[in-house]
Amino acid sequence: MVLVFAESQKGQFKKSAFEAVTYGAKTAHAIGTECHVLVLGKADDPSSLGTYGAKKIHQVEGAGLEEFDSQVFGTVIAAAAIKLSAEVVILNHSAKGKALIGRLAARLDAGSVAGVNAVPTVENGVFKVKKNVFSGKAIATYQIKSDVKVLSLMGNAIRPEASGSAAPVEKLDVAVPSGRVKVKSVNTVEGTVPLPEAELVVSAGRGMKGPENWGIIEELAGVLGATTACSRPVADSGWRPHHEHVGQTGIAIRPNLYIAIGISGAIQHLAGVNSSKKIVVINKDPEAPFFKAADYGVVGDLFEVVPRLTEALKAFKANH
Amino acid sequence: MKSLVCVSKTPDTTSKISFTNDQSALDTGNIQFIMNPYDEWYALVRALELQEAQGGSVTLINVGPAANDAIIRKGLAIGAEKAIRIEADPQSALFVAKQIAGHAKAENYDIIFLGKETIDYNGSEVGGMIAELLDLPFISYASHLEMNGNTATIHRDIEGGTEVVEVETPFVVSAAKGLAEQRIPNMRGIMMAKSKPLQVIQQAEAGDLAVAVHFEAPPPKKAVTLVDPENMEELVRLLHEEAKVI
Ligand SMILES: Cc1cc2nc3c(=O)[nH]c(=O)nc-3n(C[C@H](O)[C@H](O)[C@H](O)COP(=O)(O)OP(=O)(O)OC[C@H]3O[C@@H](n4cnc5c(N)ncnc54)[C@H](O)[C@@H]3O)c2cc1C
Ligand SMILES: Nc1ncnc2c1ncn2[C@@H]1O[C@H](COP(=O)(O)O)[C@@H](O)[C@H]1O
Repeated sequence: MVLVFAESQKGQFKKSAFEAVTYGAKTAHAIGTECHVLVLGKADDPSSLGTYGAKKIHQVEGAGLEEFDSQVFGTVIAAAAIKLSAEVVILNHSAKGKALIGRLAARLDAGSVAGVNAVPTVENGVFKVKKNVFSGKAIATYQIKSDVKVLSLMGNAIRPEASGSAAPVEKLDVAVPSGRVKVKSVNTVEGTVPLPEAELVVSAGRGMKGPENWGIIEELAGVLGATTACSRPVADSGWRPHHEHVGQTGIAIRPNLYIAIGISGAIQHLAGVNSSKKIVVINKDPEAPFFKAADYGVVGDLFEVVPRLTEALKAFKANH
Repeated sequence: MKSLVCVSKTPDTTSKISFTNDQSALDTGNIQFIMNPYDEWYALVRALELQEAQGGSVTLINVGPAANDAIIRKGLAIGAEKAIRIEADPQSALFVAKQIAGHAKAENYDIIFLGKETIDYNGSEVGGMIAELLDLPFISYASHLEMNGNTATIHRDIEGGTEVVEVETPFVVSAAKGLAEQRIPNMRGIMMAKSKPLQVIQQAEAGDLAVAVHFEAPPPKKAVTLVDPENMEELVRLLHEEAKVI
């Protein structure tokens, strides 16, 4: 059986949970078994995860599950995996998933691959799965030799597919240990989709000249319903908050659309964004390296092009 | 604080990546290897700062072949006082973690520092593995860490923000940008590093359960479609009809 840990936040499932369940169902299909889901703590309507292909939802409740401690979550997920005889455990490659994957692999003595982006294949009993490596410059195929396998799924690697029907929810009796990490506060920006989950991203760099010019970027992002990002020097100079910094030293993202405005496209920047499905580059320098990685390019002054694009999008939105 | 800092070797991002003829391994011939930036810039420097503020020690550890000694010496030049290399050619994160946990078990480190991930394979797995093998708390993606006695206050990066947590030593922590400021080794440090102890120990028995067996280049990108800067309606049309992303 394939067991998917469906992350929830304040009881709500996010798109990444639907992606993980969809991926779990496809993985289960590939190895000829069923996909089950594990939900930790209180959650709204877990049975709805059945629509993404889960046959059964197992829910563990306990006082220690309101806040995140990788040791507590890891112990509970591993115990559930053993109790349910899971062959493959699937996590999101998220803040939680990254803290958990190593723990689970060690506890289950399982082979693990972090940040997979394609459904595993099984041929003659050989289990293989792919991920991007070397800043997107290569794709590696991993072979996992252990009976139990642990995978974390890259965000936006597959689209959630709702086709099935609600699944039964059962309480799972697993002890929740007490944790040693105390969460004092959680500070997140409200109202916008966090960058790692965003499907549309508008990103700007040093070509903006200064933080006072970001109005046009925010307006474009607003019309599109996109999340804003920036290059490293922009975050380092304090023009934009640190959590917007994408690239090798910032966060790696793979949205459906990445619009890069006044960003030269240095390799360290590309490392975090070149898995995006479509890339639009707006730059006044036709020689900017970013154009080589772009699907669509606009050679022009961003201070003229961006407002024009915003207007064109407004007109488009009005008709669609 | 008695700290252990796990350091790894990784190709410089600007390296051109190619593979052996059978595509089963990285062709290391033309690659410039560096210390993983998260290990060097943030994990190691924060460990050194804690030692400077309140005493203790900073030990480096690497699981790898003798060729890694140059990278380990760089860490000594930045300021660590001693280093351990576990002789091996690691193929998987769990193998590495078992080696490091095997060493750390008897040493009672207060803090085990790692980078948040290596920039070649982006695993972010080794830290959680070491923590699990040693039954320790693990705080990943730390961008700020303050000690007050034995209690650490740590900010960790999460989707769209940060989480502030408290934990007592001993614990395992992985470093993200912000944890410290990069230090460039000076001449004196480089000279001193030559005589600092670098102990080589034999690997413990441990298998590789997940191994990369094949590498390929990503499908070639088709040439960019240029759009007239005066005609953003055309770009919107392409994004809608051709790319289907809006
Ligand atoms: C180890 C290491 C790690 C790094 N990690 C990262 C990382 O994670 N993320 C990251 O982004 N960078 C990273 N960098 C830095 C990276 O190498 C580049 O320096 C950086 O990405 C450049 O940022 P930029 O494109 O905003 O600025 P610039 O390179 O200065 O580019 C500005 C661009 O704006 C264009 N422009 C200027 N004015 C206009 C205008 N009016 N209209 C249109 N276009 C205009 C210019 O033609 C130029 O192409 C790292 C570097 C190192 C060494
Ligand atoms: N071979 C190794 N030797 C020592 N530490 C390592 C090794 N590989 C990884 N690490 C540590 O584990 C961190 C995360 O690596 P990874 O889980 O491979 O992304 C790195 O930043 C290092 O601190």
